[in-house]
Amino acid sequence: MAQALTMRWNAAKRAWHEYHTMYLFMLPFTILFIVFVVAPVVTAIYLSFTYYNMLEPPRWIGLSNYRLLFLEDDVFLTAIKNTLLFAIITGPLAYFTSFTLAWLINRLRLRQAYTLAFYAPSLTSGIAISVIWLYFFANDRYGLLNYLLIQTGLTSEPVAWLQEQSTILPVIIIISLWMSMGTSFLVFLAGLQSVPAELYEAGMVDGISSSLQEIFYITLPVMKPQLLFGAVMAIVNSFAVFQIAAQVAGVPSPLYAGHTIVAHLYMYGFIHFEMGYAAAIAVVLFAMTFILGRVSIRLFSERGA
Amino acid sequence: MASIITRKRAGFHRLIKRQASPSEYLIMTTLALLTMLPIVYMVSTSFKPLEEMFLYPPRFLVRHPTLRNFAELILAIDSFQVPFARYLFNSLLVATVTAGGSVILSSLAAYPLAKYPRMPGAKFFFTIIISALMFAPEVTQIPRYLIVDKLNMIDTYFGLILPALAGSYGLFLMKQFMEQLPTELIEAAKVDGATEWRIFWQIIMPLVRPAWITLIIFSFIGTWNDFFTPLIFTRSEQMKTLPLMMSNIGGGPGVVARWGAVAAASMVMILPTLILFVFLQRFVMETMAYSGIKS
Repeated sequence: MAQALTMRWNAAKRAWHEYHTMYLFMLPFTILFIVFVVAPVVTAIYLSFTYYNMLEPPRWIGLSNYRLLFLEDDVFLTAIKNTLLFAIITGPLAYFTSFTLAWLINRLRLRQAYTLAFYAPSLTSGIAISVIWLYFFANDRYGLLNYLLIQTGLTSEPVAWLQEQSTILPVIIIISLWMSMGTSFLVFLAGLQSVPAELYEAGMVDGISSSLQEIFYITLPVMKPQLLFGAVMAIVNSFAVFQIAAQVAGVPSPLYAGHTIVAHLYMYGFIHFEMGYAAAIAVVLFAMTFILGRVSIRLFSERGA
Repeated sequence: MASIITRKRAGFHRLIKRQASPSEYLIMTTLALLTMLPIVYMVSTSFKPLEEMFLYPPRFLVRHPTLRNFAELILAIDSFQVPFARYLFNSLLVATVTAGGSVILSSLAAYPLAKYPRMPGAKFFFTIIISALMFAPEVTQIPRYLIVDKLNMIDTYFGLILPALAGSYGLFLMKQFMEQLPTELIEAAKVDGATEWRIFWQIIMPLVRPAWITLIIFSFIGTWNDFFTPLIFTRSEQMKTLPLMMSNIGGGPGVVARWGAVAAASMVMILPTLILFVFLQRFVMETMAYSGIKS
């Protein structure tokens, strides 16, 4: 035991001797990372087992928050349902659209201009551009969409897009998809450009005869790291949906039709100041994205590693 | 014989089209224009005089462009406690310092991870970073608020900047890009007697320029557009940034008050991000290929 400790100590001393400048390089980032990323995650996990309203010190209540969350909080179940629905639709759709558009752009001239056109929406501030979308989907006949629908005779009465329970989530999905050609889209595009031309030539010699075969046998395998990055980003973004929902439908939205997990988190954290409960919501969301992220890494590494 | 077959095959398979057909151009151009429509509409609206703004039926493009909305924006803000320039200054300051600071901190930390992977702890550290990529900032916002509060940094520039500096994506990006630099370069410099500090600033950083320009853009734009961090971490009007100002004049969903000012403010918010990206696009594309996760 003592011997093992001494060995450990000596190894640490050797490492420090060899790499101390490098550890110093990492120090500033590490400190901030621990304070503002690691500590919050640990704190959230601890707080999720307590009752904490920021006035009194946290009081340990075991699993009560989680029990309440899953067994009694119907609004949370609505939030989970909305978030999953949103994620199942936008996640894969945004992912495949990003790749398809990147693949198509890669065949065009004036790539830069096309890239900019599709990427621009994700550069825009959600709060600034939602002004335009609010006008587009406005509930009265002055809204652009209602105007067009009435003009073409598809409806006679304006549709209250942002108030109807059945239309709020679709509207949020449409706007999110519009904004979803983001970092992954650029990563795919750059990845496509970096596939060596010799591989395609070799593929032709080996009998690849269509673009589709080329994508499946050459492009996708070569781009595995980029595709994995895109998958992780798609999962994270589609589960964290909130800002657009809040801008478009408000918090809480009519009949909670646009209520998401993050919206629930904000409602309890910053409107009701029930930090313990909010922390439990955060932990659930974190667990969901983390598990899915790990699953996608596993999936990608199994495919012909 | 074999060579003839190969040549024949190769000849046949030349038929795989690498160049897009006119119909592909047509489809892609239409899609691109449709995607840009809301942004074009916003730009056009910000130059519309009042009469055109409430036209029925609505008209897409401005007919008599005017700068009145921008004047109205500045005027509308003057009824708040602080002038428009203060919001602009706050936004610029926070976004610039965050972008600059995160580039320096992430590059410093990325260098050992990329070039000394056998250093004890390096692997573990990078695994943590990859895990941190997997949760949205929204998840940790509440405990982060409690920590910022404990550190007495609520309503200060420190509170807005420091938490944003240690971004896992920045470190990830820099590490991936640095990995492809030849190690011999560093060894040669060491033989010449250069310290790690000098190697980092004079050899590594100039070589990874596309990567840190990319990181600056992402970090600047992310901070510039960020609505929730300042919403939670500031209290006084003096510390608020442009997105918060926008929500003030907009007045929330469904409110059409001061349309002109709102349109002008949207323009002020969105234009800098577009310009920044247009000018630095080629660096971004150069960097992005390295942004893959090796499983």
